[in-house]
Amino acid sequence: MDFTHLLVQQLINGVSLGSIYALIALGYTMIYGIIKLINFAHGDIYMVGAYIGFFAITQAGMSIVPALLVSMVVTGLLGMVVEKLAYKPLRHAPRISILITAIGVSFFLEYTSMYFVTPTPRTFPAVIDNISFNLGSFVINGQQLMILGITVLLMAILTFIVQKTKTGKAMRAASFDTETAQLMGIDSDRIISLTFCIGSALAAAAGVLVGIYYNTIDPLMGIMPGLKAFVAAVLGGIGILPGAVAGGIILGIIEALVSGFLSSTFRDAAAFAILILVLLVKPSGLFGKNTREKV
Amino acid sequence: METMLKIDNIHVYYGAIHAIKGISLEVKQGEIVTLIGANGAGKSTTLRTISGLLKPKEGSIRFMEKDIAGVKAHQIVKEGISQVPEGRRIFAEMSVLENLELGAFIRNDKDAIREDMEMVFHRFPRLEERKEQLAGTLSGGEQQMLAMGRALMSRPKLLLLDEPSMGLAPLLIREIFSIIQDINKTGTTVLLVEQNANMALSIAHRAYVLETGRITLSGDAKELAASEEVRKAYLGG
Ligand SMILES: Nc1ncnc2c1ncn2[C@@H]1O[C@H](COP(=O)(O)OP(=O)(O)O)[C@@H](O)[C@H]1O
Ligand SMILES: [Mg+2]
Repeated sequence: MDFTHLLVQQLINGVSLGSIYALIALGYTMIYGIIKLINFAHGDIYMVGAYIGFFAITQAGMSIVPALLVSMVVTGLLGMVVEKLAYKPLRHAPRISILITAIGVSFFLEYTSMYFVTPTPRTFPAVIDNISFNLGSFVINGQQLMILGITVLLMAILTFIVQKTKTGKAMRAASFDTETAQLMGIDSDRIISLTFCIGSALAAAAGVLVGIYYNTIDPLMGIMPGLKAFVAAVLGGIGILPGAVAGGIILGIIEALVSGFLSSTFRDAAAFAILILVLLVKPSGLFGKNTREKV
Repeated sequence: METMLKIDNIHVYYGAIHAIKGISLEVKQGEIVTLIGANGAGKSTTLRTISGLLKPKEGSIRFMEKDIAGVKAHQIVKEGISQVPEGRRIFAEMSVLENLELGAFIRNDKDAIREDMEMVFHRFPRLEERKEQLAGTLSGGEQQMLAMGRALMSRPKLLLLDEPSMGLAPLLIREIFSIIQDINKTGTTVLLVEQNANMALSIAHRAYVLETGRITLSGDAKELAASEEVRKAYLGG
């Protein structure tokens, strides 16, 4: 009884944390899908999103939903600017150049943010009442419910865009075969820019949600979740959208189980053990075909 | 007949590799023109340059009186040139229907798009039966038909075909070539690239022979098919 109880409780925690990883992983995987870049700056984009949300709430006095939207829009634009200035000029350069540039962008975002917001962690205001619901003897709190609600909604919107709209079809086509997409009249530069915008906006949403969940944000907060979202994307099969969601949730659950049953000290190690295992056993990931090219 | 496409002395490079060494050719309205040559001669490079995927270092390409050398690929489609690339390059993870919709990406006239989709299904009935299927599950011949249907969905004035016979059984090749003739008869000008010189010369009005980046012969397709040089080099006797 005690065991099952802890198990179910950790599953609840794991799914809410995992859905945040999934949001970040979606951006990773979309960007990889279209320009084959592991965007190491993606975690820092998420950090910027958290700060924009923070200032929207504390300085502009917004409530959570408008703050989330503002953060997503501004961070989405930032993603487009980063792509245009840092990555686009390297479109035909060797892949290692753009990878190194991504690391440079990552440092740039971290330390520029530090200059403007100071390295001191900020306390994220409590935006929703600290309520919790008892399901039998299990507890799910208001924040977890909100995180789940918002991530599910965002994923539903993303799925609709990618599957049903003309632009979404162009995104899938360009991601599958950029050159042939151009032969259809699709402007691949525009699609790439849009992909950065959407991926960054999703990361921003994750940043704000994490701020709410853990109450604290700092300029280096993106490093670890960025790496973990990368693990999640690889676990699901990089470049595959449902894979990113599954990978994020699975990673969240494993971390929660490790914290609950072993020790939270091993939590981060678990993520990287998974990465190594996936790369050894099935490098194309859970949803991937084995023929897919890997970095 | 009016000249639709006029290529004048273009040079195309891949880095330091000089792939096209001064090609000139022209395609007149209503024609089927074929460009034949061995593997590696530069046929695909020529089509890719016309489509804007590659930029000529020298020379000019005029289409309907407009200089299009260096215009981006996605804008070339809007000018009225559509390409069926070598190896078909269908979007394998999308449905047949979605592939055709993408062919009409530059258009917004919904009703007319639907009509053209009917026209494509009429031409390729097997595509209609499989319209919900993922394109990657189609057979080679069906994929070729899909790639052609997709290219027609933009309502091109000029259709570029890169080795449509590649990897297909003889019976299927004959079917594809008769469809190409059909497409041409209903008003689409065709520039056809082939290694299968026999088939290409049998349906083309005029032909150019390409050898390592240069045009070595050109003229009436029937006359070329009968000429000693072409028979020896490309028609197996
Ligand atoms: N992406 C590329 N990079 C470098 N060289 C290429 C590339 N594509 C083709 N080539 C070279 O250009 C020449 C012409 O190739 P191509 O146009 O594909 O010939 P064809 O279509 O007639 O078989 C060949 O020598 C080929 O090796
Ligand atoms: Mg070729």
